[in-house]
Amino acid sequence: MELRSQLGRVRGLGASHEGAHHFWVQRITGIALVPLVIWFVLSASSVVGADLSTFKAWVGTHYNPVLLVMLIVAMFYHAQLGLQVVIEDYVHGEGVKIASLILVKFAIYLIGACAVFAVIRLTFGS
Amino acid sequence: MTTRNRPLSPHLQVYRLPFDAILSISHRITGVILCFGAVLLTYWLMAATYGPEAFATAQSILGSWFGLLVLLGVVFSLWYHLANGMRHLLWDTGRGLELDQLRKSGIAVIAVAAVLTLGTFILAYAVGG
Repeated sequence: MELRSQLGRVRGLGASHEGAHHFWVQRITGIALVPLVIWFVLSASSVVGADLSTFKAWVGTHYNPVLLVMLIVAMFYHAQLGLQVVIEDYVHGEGVKIASLILVKFAIYLIGACAVFAVIRLTFGS
Repeated sequence: MTTRNRPLSPHLQVYRLPFDAILSISHRITGVILCFGAVLLTYWLMAATYGPEAFATAQSILGSWFGLLVLLGVVFSLWYHLANGMRHLLWDTGRGLELDQLRKSGIAVIAVAAVLTLGTFILAYAVGG
């Protein structure tokens, strides 16, 4: 016997109210991060302990700023999705849970925006 | 109230976690560590926008013994989370879920993470300074 309503079945959103969206974007950002992280470690190893002019030159070289911004966006998005699950699992009070979810979201996107803006400033000077 | 003899969920203070469970919770712990690593990356980039002195300070903090210890933790977490994340992607296709396969892929993840962590530090010292 089918206990779900026909409308619910057609919508396919389930108990999460958003279907498999969270699952899916967590995988997509995770897959994107594999090549980006490998590129970052290989490339950034050249500026370990470097002075500012060498570092600036590295950030601004060729496609480095593009890859850095892509890395930062995918990384902070992935981090927000992961922290959301941790909070949903361990924070039980409904009010505290929603408050910490919002707080983490704001904090993550604020720090991520700072990182993107830093890359832009280092690339175009000023 | 009658208590039926139902299975209980593991009581974490007295229950010795099996190998797979340790790897599973480690994925979450390394993920949270990497959030801190992302903040560290942002600090590195932002310090560079504040000028040569601020960046030199950031570089010396990251290069100190404490900074290197933190970076060791972040780098290991990075490779562990990446390798175990690929294991998760394999599981999402319905493969590799037999017990012996889980053990083998788990050991592989630890080995890959250890080797790549060592490789990252060797590379950083060889190419960087």
